[in-house]
Amino acid sequence: MNPLNLMLVVPLIGFLLCVLASKERALLARSIALAASVLAFVIALSMIGPVVAMPTGFQFQSDVPWITTPIIHYHVGVDGFSLWMVLLTTLLTPLSILASWNTVRERLNLYFAFLLLLEFGVLGVFVSLDMFLYYVFWEVSIVPVLFLVGMWGTEKRSAAAVKFFLYTMTGSVLMLAGIIYLYTKTNTFDFTRLALLAHSLPAEARWLMFLAFFFAFAIKTPLFPLHTWLPDTYAAAPTPVTVMLAGVLSKMGTYSLLRFCVGLFPEEAQHAAPWVAALAGISIIYGALVAIVQPNMKRLVAYSSVSHLGFVVLGIFCFNRWGFDGAVYQMVNHGISTGALFLLVWFLEERRQSLEIADYGGVARVAPWLATAFMVTTLGSIGLPMLGNFVGEFLILQGAAKASFAWAVFASVGVILSAVYMLWFYQRVFFGEIAEGVAARMPDLSLRECAVILPLIILMIWFGISTSGMMEPISAANGALLNLLEGPARVAVVK
Amino acid sequence: MNSLFPSSADFFRVAPVIILTIFGTLLMVLEPVTGDGKGEKPMLRGLAIAGLVAAMMAAIFASGDPGPAFNGMLLIDGFGTFFSVLVIGTGLLTVFCAQDYLVRERHENGEFYALLLFSIAGQCIMATANELIILFIGLEISSISSYILAGFLRDDRRSSESALKYFLLGSFATGFLLYGVAWIYGITGSTNLAVIQSTLAAAPVNPRLLALAASLMFVGFAFKVSAAPFQIWAPDVYQGAPAPVSAFLSAGPKAAAFAIFLRVFTTAFGSMAEKWEPVFWGSALLTMMVGNFAALRQNNIKRLLAYSSIAHAGYVMVAVTSHSQVGTAAAMFYLASYAFVNVGAFAVVSYVAAKGEKHLGIEDFAGLAARQPLAALVMTIFFTSLIGVPLTAGFFGKFYIFKAALDAGMVWLTVLGLLNSAVAAYYYLRVIVVMYTHEPSPAVRELQPAGSGLQVGWMVAAAATLILGIFPSLLLEFASGAARLR
Repeated sequence: MNPLNLMLVVPLIGFLLCVLASKERALLARSIALAASVLAFVIALSMIGPVVAMPTGFQFQSDVPWITTPIIHYHVGVDGFSLWMVLLTTLLTPLSILASWNTVRERLNLYFAFLLLLEFGVLGVFVSLDMFLYYVFWEVSIVPVLFLVGMWGTEKRSAAAVKFFLYTMTGSVLMLAGIIYLYTKTNTFDFTRLALLAHSLPAEARWLMFLAFFFAFAIKTPLFPLHTWLPDTYAAAPTPVTVMLAGVLSKMGTYSLLRFCVGLFPEEAQHAAPWVAALAGISIIYGALVAIVQPNMKRLVAYSSVSHLGFVVLGIFCFNRWGFDGAVYQMVNHGISTGALFLLVWFLEERRQSLEIADYGGVARVAPWLATAFMVTTLGSIGLPMLGNFVGEFLILQGAAKASFAWAVFASVGVILSAVYMLWFYQRVFFGEIAEGVAARMPDLSLRECAVILPLIILMIWFGISTSGMMEPISAANGALLNLLEGPARVAVVK
Repeated sequence: MNSLFPSSADFFRVAPVIILTIFGTLLMVLEPVTGDGKGEKPMLRGLAIAGLVAAMMAAIFASGDPGPAFNGMLLIDGFGTFFSVLVIGTGLLTVFCAQDYLVRERHENGEFYALLLFSIAGQCIMATANELIILFIGLEISSISSYILAGFLRDDRRSSESALKYFLLGSFATGFLLYGVAWIYGITGSTNLAVIQSTLAAAPVNPRLLALAASLMFVGFAFKVSAAPFQIWAPDVYQGAPAPVSAFLSAGPKAAAFAIFLRVFTTAFGSMAEKWEPVFWGSALLTMMVGNFAALRQNNIKRLLAYSSIAHAGYVMVAVTSHSQVGTAAAMFYLASYAFVNVGAFAVVSYVAAKGEKHLGIEDFAGLAARQPLAALVMTIFFTSLIGVPLTAGFFGKFYIFKAALDAGMVWLTVLGLLNSAVAAYYYLRVIVVMYTHEPSPAVRELQPAGSGLQVGWMVAAAATLILGIFPSLLLEFASGAARLR
C-alpha cells in the first residue's frame, strides 16, 4: 500500500477505535491514540528519503476516482514542501497526546478520538492534490476543534469554539465559491492541471478568486485584522490542543497561501504583495506589542504567534527565493518552537493551576530543568543564532530587504520586540522571589514531560545548526514555483 | 391515444396512488375494530407501512415503463418517479419516527395513518401531474390532509392554532394558484403543460396577461414551498403541529411542491425564463436571508427548525432560479437529502420534548450527549448536514446547487448564498454546543431510552445522511438523468 494512504488511514482507524471504546476501556483509548499517531509519524519518516531525492515533483501519488459528477478524484501526493508540513503534524500529534495523558479525565476516549480526527484532517489538507478533496479535509479539520475546545476547554469555551468555527466557516465558504468557479471554467479540480489553466481565466475572475482564497487563508493563519478569533480560541482550548492549533493548524493557512494563492494566481498575488506585506507588517508589530502587555501566559504566546506568522506571510509575499525558503523553513520551526512554548506553559499550568504570570516567580530555583528547557525555547522563539527560528527569520529579512527595504525595517523591529516580550515574560516567571504556592507545587520535569519536550528542543538546535537537510528540498520545490512565476506568467506581466 | 377508456398501462402507471388510496381507506375501515384498549395499534401501523412499501415498489416498477397516462394528464417520467419515491420514503420514515410519539400522546389511531397516506397520494399526483387541473387536485388532496394532520392533537391549543393558520393561509394561496390557472387557460386555451409550452413558444401572446398569470401561480407555489415573501405561515405551523407532523410537512409536501414548481416553470413557462429569473433571484435571496437571520434569534427548537426550513427552501430556490438540468438535478438531490435530515432532526426533537411537548427550548437539550449519547450523535450528524459540513449529504446538496448557480453565471447569488450558510452555522452550532458542553438539563435527566421505532427512524436517517455525504453519486447519477424535463 502507498505509504501516504497508509499514513492517512492510520489516524482514521485510530479515531474509529477510540470512538467505539467502551467506558470501561476508555483508558485503552489513549494507548490506541498514541500508537496510531506514532505509527503515522514513523510512516511519515519513511517518506523522507524518496521525497528528498526528487523534491520538485509530487511523490507517492495516489489518484482514484471518487465522485463522477462532477469529476472528483481522491488525489494525494507530497513534494519537498508539503513533506515538512506532514512531518510537523505527525510529530506534534503524539506529543500533544502524551501531554494530555493524565489530565483529561472525562470522556477521554472521545478526546483522543477527536485529536486523531484533527490529525487526519490536517494531514489531508497538506497532501491533497484535488481542490475538492482539499476543501473536504479543510472542513473536516474544523469539526474536531469545535468539540475539543467546546467540551474540554476552559473559560468561555463554548463561545470560543463557536467563534472559531464561524470565522473559519466564513472564509471557507468563500473559498468554496472560488473552487466551484474554477471547476465550472476549467472542468477539473486537479491542482496540477489548474496551476496550468488558471492564468487563462479572465482577469477579473482571477482577482475575485485570489481574494476569496486569500480571505480564507488570512483568517486561518491569521493575519491582522482577521486574527480576533485566535486569542480567545487559543486561550479557551485545552493547552495540548492549543499546541496543535498554533503548531499545525496555523500552517494550513500559510501552506495554502503559498501553494494555492501564489501557485494558482501568481500575477494577482504579486500585484497584491504590497498590501499583503503591509498587513503582515502590522501583524508583526501589533502582535508583539499586544504580547508585551498580556498578563496571561497563553494569550501572550498566542499573540507572539500572530507576530511570527506575520513573518511567514511577509516572506511569501517577497516573491524571491530567500523569502519563499525562509517562509517555509520558518513554518516548520515556528511549529516546533510555538508548540514547545505552549507545552511548557502547559507544564506550568498543570502544576500551579494558573495561567496568570503574576502567580509565578522564582520557578528557576525550584525546577531548574523546566527553566532550562523554557530558556532554550524562549531563545529559539526570539530567533537566536544557532537555533531554528534564526535561519527562517534571517532569510525572510533578507528576502524582504531585496523586495523593499522598508519591509525589512518593519520586520526587524518585530524581532527586537519579540526579545522584549519573551525575556520579560521569562524573567517574571522564572526569576525573582519564589511566589506563593510555587515552591510546594513545582516538581521538576517528569520523565514523560522530558519525552515530550526533548525532541522539540533537539530539533530546534538541529535545524539551527544543520540547515541543508531540510532547506535543499524546500529550495528545490520553491524553485519550481519560482520558475513558474518567471515563466509564462511573468512574461504576461511584463507585456 | 385519446381513447375513451383508460388502458391497463394507465392503471399501471398510477398504481402507487391507487395503492395508497386503498390502504388509506382500509385503515379507516379497520380503525374501529382494532386496538388493545391501551392506545397502541400495531396492526394499523403495520398496515400503513405495508401500504407505503407496496406503493414505493409500484412507483419503482412503473418507472420501467415511462410515459403519459390518462390522456396525458399524468406523465410518469424519471422526475415524477424520483419525487414519488421521495415522498413515499419520507412517509415511511415519518411512520417509524411517529410511533413513540403517538403512543405517548395516546393518539395512535387509524386516522393519522390514513391521512398520512392520503396526503402522500396527493403528493404522488403532484409529482407526476402534467396538467394544471390534475396538479391542482393533487395539491388539494395533499394540502387538506396536511391541514388536518397539523391539528391532529385536537385537545392541544397549539396544534389547533397551527391547523387553522395553515388552512386559512393555505386556501388563500390555493386561490391565487387557481386564479393563475384560469388565466393561463384563457390565454392559451389549454391546461396541459406541453400544449401551454408550445403555444407560448409559437405565437406571441399579451405579455401583461401572461405575466399576471405566471405571477399568480408563482404566489401559489411560493406559499407552498415557504419561499419569501410568502413564508409567514411556516414558523407558526411547524411550531404548533405535532413534531412528527412538522417533520413530514417540512419534507414531503415541500418536496412535492418544489416538483410542480420546477415542472411548471421549466416546461410551461420555460420560454420566458429570462423574465421570471430576476423575480426568482430576489425571492431566493430573500428566503435565505429571512430564514437564516430569523433563526438566529429563536430559542424554541421547533421554531428554529421552521426558520431553518425556510432558509433551505431558499437554497433550493437558487437551484430553481438557475433553470437548467444541472439545477433541477441539484434541487432533487437537495430535497432528498433534506428529507432524511429533517425528519431525523424532528424525531430527536420529539424524543427530547417528552409528553405534551413540554421541553422545546434549546437549553432543554443541554447535556444530551452525556445521558443519551446516541441521540446526541445522530442529532449532531443532522445538524452538521444542515450546516453543510463535508461528508454529509447537506454539503453535497449545497455544493451541487451553488455549482448549478455558477454554471448559470449567478456569481453574486452564489457568494451571498454561501455567506448565508456561514451565518446559519451559528444557530445550528448553538444546539450542538449545548448538547455536548453543558450540564444535563432536567428535561434530559428525565429521558427514558428511546423506543424501537424512533431508533430505527433516526438511525436510517443518519446512515442515509452519511452515505449520501460520502457517495453522492449513488443518488446524483439518477437525479441527473431524471432531471431532463421536457
